[in-house]
Amino acid sequence: MSQTDKSRLQIAIESAKKQGRTALIPFITAGFPDMDRFWEELQAIDQAGADIIEIGVPFSDPVADGPVIENASRDALARGVTLAWILDGLKQRAGQYKAQLVLMGYINPFMQYGYEKLAKDAHQAGVAGFIIPDVILEESQEIRQALAPYDIDVITLVAPNTSLERMKEYAQSARGFVYVVSVLGTTGGTVDLADSVTNTLSRAREAFDIPLALGFGLKEPSQLDVLPSDMRPDAAVFGSALLRHIEEGKPVTSFLAPWL
Amino acid sequence: MNKTDKKGYFGKFGGQFVPEALLPPLLEVEEAMENIMPTEDYQNELNDLLTHYVGRQSPLTFCPNLSAKLGFKLWLKREDLLHTGAHKINNALGQGLLAKKMGKTHLIAETGAGQHGVATATAAARLKLRCTIFMGAEDVERQSMNVMRMKLLGATVIPVESGSRTLKDAINETLRFWISHQADTFYCFGTAAGPHPFPTLVKRLQSVIGREARTQMLTQAGRLPDVVVACVGGGSNAIGMLHPFVKDADVKLVGVEAGGTGEPGCYHSAPINLGSPGILHGHVTMLIQDEDGQIQPSHSISAGLDYPGVGPEHSYLADIGRVHYGMICDESALNAFRELTLEEGIIPALESSHALAWVLDHASELPQGGDVLVNLSGRGDKDLGIVKQYIQF
Repeated sequence: MSQTDKSRLQIAIESAKKQGRTALIPFITAGFPDMDRFWEELQAIDQAGADIIEIGVPFSDPVADGPVIENASRDALARGVTLAWILDGLKQRAGQYKAQLVLMGYINPFMQYGYEKLAKDAHQAGVAGFIIPDVILEESQEIRQALAPYDIDVITLVAPNTSLERMKEYAQSARGFVYVVSVLGTTGGTVDLADSVTNTLSRAREAFDIPLALGFGLKEPSQLDVLPSDMRPDAAVFGSALLRHIEEGKPVTSFLAPWL
Repeated sequence: MNKTDKKGYFGKFGGQFVPEALLPPLLEVEEAMENIMPTEDYQNELNDLLTHYVGRQSPLTFCPNLSAKLGFKLWLKREDLLHTGAHKINNALGQGLLAKKMGKTHLIAETGAGQHGVATATAAARLKLRCTIFMGAEDVERQSMNVMRMKLLGATVIPVESGSRTLKDAINETLRFWISHQADTFYCFGTAAGPHPFPTLVKRLQSVIGREARTQMLTQAGRLPDVVVACVGGGSNAIGMLHPFVKDADVKLVGVEAGGTGEPGCYHSAPINLGSPGILHGHVTMLIQDEDGQIQPSHSISAGLDYPGVGPEHSYLADIGRVHYGMICDESALNAFRELTLEEGIIPALESSHALAWVLDHASELPQGGDVLVNLSGRGDKDLGIVKQYIQF
């Protein structure tokens, strides 16, 4: 793959790697902790050194999420956060962020928005990718085709029970990075990385030629120490732990600093 | 019938919208459905249980008094007479037996009013499987009798505090639990909805209702019915009753959704009539949602119909016009509840009362001298506490 074919997300992770560090992908639910402070926190996360920022689009029935993100999602909906509000806000701030932006959300709000309109508006908002945890390969064609002309990736998710064969099926259309889910569970749970993650990462390394991001249950860099040095992920995603940190009134810089 | 070849789809409805981590257990269920369910061993054991434990076949009852009033012959398929009091046991035992043959040791299920929870706990007790039931915290408070039944049957009942604290949130929580416990656990899905293969699996297990009823009509009435009517929440009793008649082009099929109070703008449970296509709980179907795709709270006087979605095959059968989906409000259902009780000495579930109410409310449009078949999906003892608030007795 030539450099020009590479997605913005892949380039972002690889440039962190060139600096000898794990790329950082913090997650924040849109409208958290409230509608105004969200934009401040987003900017703070960007300035604190995020490589990619994952913005959560709230949904009433977030089946892959644990209680922290589910509650943040519910509160955001109660405050009136919508996909349109997120995209409009990002459009107004387009070009302000050093980090690449990814929207994480469930398929129904995207479907109701309309995939064509979503692609255009996401493009104008500077969004480089989507993480849609309830869409598997077989169901992804329609939204993938709508986003592709704008160079917006649909991120592949794999889990500890995803076989090598299945990963290879994904590999043909995978772009940006691969999101490796650390546990068979929901976001924010406890995680024993040494156990299954090494195997999952090793299968993913064999199947994919794009960067691997590890997520679900990550908080501190020392958690990765149990992994063999050749099985470290290229990027780390933080969600629930970061939201808890912000909720406690602490600055995002102190959360991200140990990773930099 | 024109179905797309995409797996698990009924026209444009259905599919498998789940986290990748749920795909392996869903494939495992699908394989078991295709390879274990058709075996003689499974079929014999299930039939034995259905006959001698559940009490199948259920009778087809002619209603002489209501028929005289209505001018056509009214027949009831008596699922209310089954063990545990409703059709839910057909599905719970079928899935429980499948789980056991797959080597699973733990049954999990969601429940709204508690009927499916009780049926699953019953199947688990009989089949010697562990059982955990997820139930919205609000439903736990409203349906304490069923919670007690489940606990007596040895099940663990987990109140779900998230979201609207009702059935849809119980489904979310059961799916979450299944992701992390898939090795030894089988999700016994309660209705003909959810990700593939559940809509098909539940249809296969509930179709015994319509197959029996079709044969019984031919024997007892000497002909097929002109109209078949069933209530639709998620739609398992309805797909079980209606599907075996789909190829009988002269038989009019009616599904009845719950219209809530019937006031404009009220919460209801009628996604086919009043909703729009969307994706919830793993499949594309008709949903009650706002313009941003957020799922809206549903309401019905009947807890078993109180769900913002509907099984994908119903959305499809509505789309192609093979089944007409009507809507009945709380008041009509209560009226039908009282009519059947007083006229025929049968106390129906409020769910089934919706199906009967459609017949009573549309009697003038139904063929005089003809035969109308209603699925009496469950008995009404469980509803007396609710009915007491509306009817003096």
